[in-house]
Amino acid sequence: MYIYLPIAEVSVNAFLLLGLGGLVGVLSGMFGVGGGFLMTPLLFFIGIPPAVAVATGANQIVASSFSAVLAHFQRRAVDLRMGTILLIGGLFGAALGVLLFNYLQSLGQVDLLVTLFYVVFLGIIGALMFVESLRAIRRSRRGGGVPKRKKHSWIHKLPLKMRFRTSGLYISVIPPLLIGVAVGVLAAIMGVGGGFIMVPAMIYLLGMPTKVVVGTSLFQIIFVTAFATMLHAVSSGIVDVVLAVLLLVGGVVGAQIGTVIGTRLKAEQLRILLAIMVMGVCFKLGLDLLIQPAELYSIATGGGH
Amino acid sequence: MLRLALILLALAASPAKADEEVVLGLSKNEIEINTTFDGSEILIFGAIKRQTAIPEGDLGVVVTIAGPSQTLNVRRKERRFGIWVNVDAVEVDAAPSFYAVATSGPWSEVLSEVEDLRHKISIPRAIRSVGAPSTVKDAQSFTDAVIRIRTANRAYKVDEGAVELREDTLFQTSVKLPANLTEGDYATRIFLTREGRVISQYETIIDVRKVGMERWLFALSREQPILYGLMSLAIAIGAGWGASAAFRALRHG
Repeated sequence: MYIYLPIAEVSVNAFLLLGLGGLVGVLSGMFGVGGGFLMTPLLFFIGIPPAVAVATGANQIVASSFSAVLAHFQRRAVDLRMGTILLIGGLFGAALGVLLFNYLQSLGQVDLLVTLFYVVFLGIIGALMFVESLRAIRRSRRGGGVPKRKKHSWIHKLPLKMRFRTSGLYISVIPPLLIGVAVGVLAAIMGVGGGFIMVPAMIYLLGMPTKVVVGTSLFQIIFVTAFATMLHAVSSGIVDVVLAVLLLVGGVVGAQIGTVIGTRLKAEQLRILLAIMVMGVCFKLGLDLLIQPAELYSIATGGGH
Repeated sequence: MLRLALILLALAASPAKADEEVVLGLSKNEIEINTTFDGSEILIFGAIKRQTAIPEGDLGVVVTIAGPSQTLNVRRKERRFGIWVNVDAVEVDAAPSFYAVATSGPWSEVLSEVEDLRHKISIPRAIRSVGAPSTVKDAQSFTDAVIRIRTANRAYKVDEGAVELREDTLFQTSVKLPANLTEGDYATRIFLTREGRVISQYETIIDVRKVGMERWLFALSREQPILYGLMSLAIAIGAGWGASAAFRALRHG
């Protein structure tokens, strides 16, 4: 069944969109990532204009994250205090990101920069996570003691310390604030929740326990992506609500299933799966940059001046 | 019988003036884009009205439908530092979002170069590109790329011989409009040619617009963007909460 999207101005198969939403929703629930890093490229692929895909992706992530975070709240796996600090940084970052996005769009380089962002961030994080989880799995196979994660690094020397009881941490608020800003910028530019950056950063930089990381990142993602949606809607009117509804109907159902699957897997397995997926998307996008495209020319409507 | 012979005689006697005119009908002059819109087909039919006998020379009919004109920014990728990036850009001043040409016969027979240039009928003529920056030497290749890409997307098409012409008097053709139509006025032109020369032309407008929910959402997103954004978020959060509650009920109940 084909449906005409009023803002994107294209007609697409409704079941295809429901399926995409469902698939990404399962992943979102499993890993605590918004799934935007998969959703946005998939939307490009089925012919949604990139700007609309980015803005609508942000709106769709609000829905799937909201559905997933409720499940995490029930398990008390959300560090509200840490989430709020991340959120303050995130709102600031999102505003910065939308400004940058609109500027790049006028230069005609937004596609390249979005792709480069994806390749670089996904590449680094995927590789880091992969190596780290392999090590963790090997350690647990050897039957050694609990891996030591709490290293005292430069992070512990920063001022403005705060106690985060749910996470069992006593650290400075500066690193979570900066992580929040970075994630906010990514949310606006790449149409992602930024979970794929935030989750590893919380584990490896802040040393938060894996079980609260997922719920806390979802909590932050909801507000930051909601804010990014509003900014996109007001600044350029590129949020397609019909597209969003179709994606989120599939997405919220998928997220619930994903959360259940996630609780049955071990943390290391979860991380290695996420790492493989992140590296896969990175590889595909990187290849597109390196291989000569079939069509060298591209058309943008509206002119750039 | 006698009368008919007289008429024929009178017609044959009068000099062949170029007073042939197109009379046109459209199966619809309004296309409504609603939620389930997935393209449309327009039937264009008409007759050639004459006061005289059919003059000598091959008759041709050319039908064009053009979507709203847009300014395009065409960019070309080049390899820089090992990756493919947009380097050169050329602005195409006016290119229709959709363009279809149907003719009653082979292109070279129904229309001469001069007439094509004058009436901007063929696809390359329908696109207007004024100046390219001096850094770009092959500006023509950018216009060619627009035609190539849009032809591949079925936004531009030429259908030689798609106009059915009967008895040099009645003609009809159908044009398929794709699902991803842009809103606006679609200028429809019919040219009547003889020996490649345009002897009559007729122009009308097909009105393509969004209706119902599509219209409402589009207008809201432009006129009340804050309300539109809040509504999008409310729907998102509502759906997220609803699904969560439904699953909880399923698991416990």
